Amino acid sequence: MFDITGKRFWFLLIAVIVILIGIIALATFGLKAGVEFSSGSVMTVGFEQEVEQDDLEKELANLGYANVIIQSVGEGDFLIRLPEISGEDKTELETGLTEALGTLEVREFDVVSAMVAGETARNAGIAIAVAAVGILLYITWAFRRMPDPLHYGTCAVIALIHDALVALGVFSILGGIMDWEINLMFVTGILAVIGYSVNNTVVVFDRVRENLTKDAKSDFEIVVNNSLVETLSRSLNTSLTTLFVVLALLLFVGATIQNFAVVLLIGIIAGTYSSLCIAPQLLVVWKKGEWGRLISWLPLTGARG
Amino acid sequence: MARRNTLVFIVVLIIFILATLVVLPVEEGVLAKKGIRLGLDLQGGMHIVYQADLSSVESGGKADALEGAKAVLENRVNPLGVTEPVIQIQGNDRVMVELPGLNITDEEKERLARVDILEFGERVSGNETAKWENELGKWKPATANISGEVKELTSRYFKTNTQVGQDDYGRIELHFEWDEEGSQVSQEITSRLIGQPLAIFDGDEPLRGEEGRPIAPTIEAVITDRGRITGLTLKDATTLSRQLNFGRLPVPLEIIYDQTVSPILGSDFVGMSVKAGLIGVVIVMLFMILYYRLSGLLASLALVFYGVLVMAAFKLWPGGGVTLTLAGIGGFILSIGMAVDANVLIFERIKEEIRAGRTLGAAIDAGFNRAWTAIRDSNITTLIVCGILLWLGNSIVASAPVVAFAWALAIGVAVSMFTAIVVTRTLLRLFARTNLSRKTWLFSPRTGRE
Repeated sequence: MFDITGKRFWFLLIAVIVILIGIIALATFGLKAGVEFSSGSVMTVGFEQEVEQDDLEKELANLGYANVIIQSVGEGDFLIRLPEISGEDKTELETGLTEALGTLEVREFDVVSAMVAGETARNAGIAIAVAAVGILLYITWAFRRMPDPLHYGTCAVIALIHDALVALGVFSILGGIMDWEINLMFVTGILAVIGYSVNNTVVVFDRVRENLTKDAKSDFEIVVNNSLVETLSRSLNTSLTTLFVVLALLLFVGATIQNFAVVLLIGIIAGTYSSLCIAPQLLVVWKKGEWGRLISWLPLTGARG
Repeated sequence: MARRNTLVFIVVLIIFILATLVVLPVEEGVLAKKGIRLGLDLQGGMHIVYQADLSSVESGGKADALEGAKAVLENRVNPLGVTEPVIQIQGNDRVMVELPGLNITDEEKERLARVDILEFGERVSGNETAKWENELGKWKPATANISGEVKELTSRYFKTNTQVGQDDYGRIELHFEWDEEGSQVSQEITSRLIGQPLAIFDGDEPLRGEEGRPIAPTIEAVITDRGRITGLTLKDATTLSRQLNFGRLPVPLEIIYDQTVSPILGSDFVGMSVKAGLIGVVIVMLFMILYYRLSGLLASLALVFYGVLVMAAFKLWPGGGVTLTLAGIGGFILSIGMAVDANVLIFERIKEEIRAGRTLGAAIDAGFNRAWTAIRDSNITTLIVCGILLWLGNSIVASAPVVAFAWALAIGVAVSMFTAIVVTRTLLRLFARTNLSRKTWLFSPRTGRE
């Protein structure tokens, strides 16, 4: 029999380290807000002939759009991130680029005003906050017959905050290196991950609930460990099948929903970890009143390791 | 018990056949005569949200002004030939226009929200600067000076009752009426320009009749509150009357959100998504069969059932079906991975029960019963998140991807519970009655070896 809960301090240490790395990345690179959250225009153009990104950049500077973000999105297509421009500006830009670089087609053109961007950012924030509170309440309710139902809800929410922080950290690094942006699809992906991760956590908690009902005398740590072991192959198998389809999505659909697929990918991995190695472990720590020991252990091991 | 199971199996089979007939052929199902509605990112088109400037409207008339703007937009959209345009009022001061599948030019887009569609021009005299130039000469806006203010004559002054008629000899006439201010403007201009032509312009271009000649009626008399234009063909008169009736937006509109996608881009994605979906399904099926043997095979059958049922739900969903965007496909594909979760939960449970020494039939029933609370509670959390996503989607302007993803995931989760609990169970029970059921290795490789 595996002893999973016995290594709970180590699991939590790993989580703390990963989150710290994420926070350092966030502090260093920050997050690049996409057009939906920060307003502006995005134009995706495809040229009939080969065009170098450098030439496009120079030509855009000539036309008065210096220092704009340009991303190659495959097969001669470029995504150009611009300030908010009018239809007339767009026509001029198109004409200018066509004269300098050859025939082009505007594949997509989006404009988001500051007002709309503000609303979207605010409501996305509200949605994530409401999701966290909603899940806390639901899990507390679902485990209402257990002693300390609030522990279950709180541990599940801490696990999902971990998942969101990991995704944010990775995107902050991707933003710093490759100009990846936080857009509406990122937020949708984060919410999907929240749902997915809590789903896994609930399966483990459900087994803890069942085992506690059957056998109330055993040590809580052992009950949680048995529940984890019993649900382990289910947890891993479901994560695998979900990873398969997300990989298929990432490899075969590509650029437009790349951000989305990558959030899901990171989220599924982080979510699997958190639902096995964070939420149930915290439950044990809390039940045994080990917070003090955990906190004094963490920096000590950090210094030793 | 066995008879009841056979009955359930038959019902499941009938549902499957009906769902298949709804889904196939993809473009137009045998039962539901339509395809799955695609979002802008998959079929191209335009999605614009206008903010109306209602500051000049009295507080009681704001709703009417917005309705009026919507009606004008509808009439301006009609000639563009879009099959399913959507024009909706959003909130208190916004109008949304969605034109799926349309490859719209910048000029057409600009024209949609132009306050005055038509402007009237008089000839320039001497070396005045001209605003327009055509084969009939150089033109400047026809203006009147009303108590110190210079007013240009535009389609804004027409009442919305312009109509085509005939005179006593059967010749086509266009009857129109000015509103109050229009009457004053018209009186001054027509008395000043009597005997001269008045040209009509749509943006930078002169308005042309069907023969290609610019339309420029000559002023024959002073016009105050009502008048008529003669010498037009029936077609030109009809077109002009429509333009004059809807030639004015009651309030100025400003674009606050614009997404325009070329239709060519979208068609690539449909193919790519189908490929991704199929590959994902095949890998999941292979994994399930390798790991869970016969149960996995049955779960794979249930997965096919799942896919067909979800697509049928997309088509039949109230309100014209779920609009499928790339994000929606993402949600659907994600839900395939998650759909087998309920099966995995149950199979793992059945394995445990077999290990505990139960017969296959008893293990199946115990497995389903014990897995149920986990399936229920875990899926409810996903549904809570879907509900929040729907709220988010409906509260923001760029709603399409979020809403499509949320519906796809929610429908996926709900259907997957049904397929796992009803379909897989029924199939498993059918097998439990056959001779195969004694070979437990078919259900669980590890227990078989024990």
